[in-house]
Amino acid sequence: MGMITKKNILILLSIVATFAVVQVLRTMNILTNFHEITLALICINIILAVSLNLITGFTGQFSLGHAGFMSIGAYTCALILLKYPTMWGFLAGIIAGGIASALVGIIIGLPTLRLKGDYLAIATLGMAEIIRVIFLNIEITGGAAGLASIPRIANWFWMFFFAVISVVFINNFIKSSPGRACISIREDEIAAESMGINSTKYKVMSFAIGAFFAGIGGGLYASYFFFLKPNLFGFLKSIDMLVIVVLGGLGSLTGSVVAAVLLTLLTTFLQQFTAVRMILYALLLVVIMIFRPKGIMGTSEITDLLGRIGRGKGRVE
Amino acid sequence: MKKILAIVCVLALAGGMLSACGKDSGGGDAKSDTVQIGVNYELTGDVATYGNDSVNGIKMAIDEVNANGGVLGGKQIELIVKDDKSDPAESTSIEESLMGDGKIVAALGPATSGNFRAVIPIATNYGIPVISSSATADDDITVDKNGNVREFVFRTCFTDSFQGKTMSNFAFNELSAKKAVIFGDTSSDYAKGLAANFKSNFESLGGAVVGEEGYVAKDKDFNSVLTKIKGQDFDVLFVPGYYQEAGLIIKQARELGIKQPILGADGFDSPELVNLAGAANATDIYFSNHYSSLDKDPAVVKFIEDYKAANGTEPGAFIAMGYDLGKYIVDAIERAGAADAKAIAKALAETKEFSGVTGTFSVDKDHNVVKSAVVIKLENGAQVSATRV
Repeated sequence: MGMITKKNILILLSIVATFAVVQVLRTMNILTNFHEITLALICINIILAVSLNLITGFTGQFSLGHAGFMSIGAYTCALILLKYPTMWGFLAGIIAGGIASALVGIIIGLPTLRLKGDYLAIATLGMAEIIRVIFLNIEITGGAAGLASIPRIANWFWMFFFAVISVVFINNFIKSSPGRACISIREDEIAAESMGINSTKYKVMSFAIGAFFAGIGGGLYASYFFFLKPNLFGFLKSIDMLVIVVLGGLGSLTGSVVAAVLLTLLTTFLQQFTAVRMILYALLLVVIMIFRPKGIMGTSEITDLLGRIGRGKGRVE
Repeated sequence: MKKILAIVCVLALAGGMLSACGKDSGGGDAKSDTVQIGVNYELTGDVATYGNDSVNGIKMAIDEVNANGGVLGGKQIELIVKDDKSDPAESTSIEESLMGDGKIVAALGPATSGNFRAVIPIATNYGIPVISSSATADDDITVDKNGNVREFVFRTCFTDSFQGKTMSNFAFNELSAKKAVIFGDTSSDYAKGLAANFKSNFESLGGAVVGEEGYVAKDKDFNSVLTKIKGQDFDVLFVPGYYQEAGLIIKQARELGIKQPILGADGFDSPELVNLAGAANATDIYFSNHYSSLDKDPAVVKFIEDYKAANGTEPGAFIAMGYDLGKYIVDAIERAGAADAKAIAKALAETKEFSGVTGTFSVDKDHNVVKSAVVIKLENGAQVSATRV
């Protein structure tokens, strides 16, 4: 029912085309193993940014704890993979990581999501720190030394697969009735509540979904980069994700995807300028935020843009 | 219009980056008269001092070799240096970019055990030897969890457990200590390993560990624990950890009137330790290290003079270890007789009695080095003696 529209076919075709082009370049070895790492990082960053955008951009809940959710997924997946280094172990690890992360999201979300704005940010920040310190001090995660020699089973296909799933799922969620409820909470919580929306329920729902995909992103990270330690998931990791979301545009999934691609490429590109890389990186962020204070995409999506162009140039600003 | 313009700009930027990336990895064909070595170190980020010092040492060694005619009968060595931001994923990515080109014959670094672990699978995959001058962790470096030796993984430093044992031997035999208190960093794997090995060895020698206390990195005030320690009857205080906290512990312990010798390991090696503790307090301090600037060996004296002439400062341990690593890889290439990764790995594994500024070492069957440590004594903030043990 309405599934096979022109727009959906177009989206599906462009997804397949993107995959096919990269796959062909990979087989021809124009994109080497080194480029595959960059592609993997792009996909992981897309998953993390899109899931954080659901919480911060669409539901309006300022969260600084995304690295915590990522670490739960990463450690869960790594521990399962170390036990069962197979394809099934990998898939089970990813899903288990997502679920574990979502559960923690619900447990933490219920009390903290009553808070607003800055208070919520501090509470989520504290949560991520608690998770990190727990991983630092329990035996099974290897403490400060972390987990090493995690088998690499994820590849470009799985990265792409999960990135597409996250974007499509979150996009559909936003367009569903609960998703609309989340957006109404962002716009005005009191007005939303007076319309009969159970704001706590929808906030926790968006928090749990965001945490689930952050867990999946963490699981992919663990199954690709061999090595985990608690310090990887510190405060700065959460900030990195927030930067992608804000740069892309709070409330635009396209923006998160574009910003994740751009910033990951930028980091890779700047590897050769050892001394000035962080200055250049920060400078570029400042320049973009000055010229595009609402982020690259604002709140609009690629489909909106295409739609406007399709309906005639008169509609373009 | 503005939006379209913005999109065009973004695309142009992305395109420019992609093509630049391509050029970076594809360019620079290896000339037959150079041998390329990858250098992947922490030049920025949390542990940037370790990375920068190591790379300075490596560069100094390679410059000397190149000035003296290079390797393998006149080939110059070319270092390809990249920064991993002290991040394991970045280390993996950089190792892949270094090794994926198929031009380097060996890779050096990173400095810390964690980041080094992140490059081991890549090196194993490509069959190119990778060596660290400072990855001292006991487990899962040169030997995997199943006890198999990793063919292409090497290091030139001793392990944490060796340091723990060395210091407990030193306390028991040289300082005639019978009772020790351990006050260590519980948030670092390095410190935990040191504490465990110190304790087991000290007890097997016949000593007793009468107290065990812990702190967490970045703590500033240790007075309450130190007061408790002061009330105990003990001969030495062992502080496994890094200089940031150890410096403050020494200061606060001495100010409380704890007169017993304070022992540590290579984490104490920084001028910052004495700055934090205050020169007068930094007395009767002993720590194990890889190298001492007091060493009167002619090679060491020459190294220190050369370094001072070029940089104006005394070289620290990481610089010395980097220097040895540079000389060591050149030695291995010479012994391999060819710029071939497999032959170099074989030569590294067969190392016997390689002599560097941080001591003479051989490589054992587990690719660990057999090497002596130096125990340095501080009096009034100055290094007064260095004993090889």
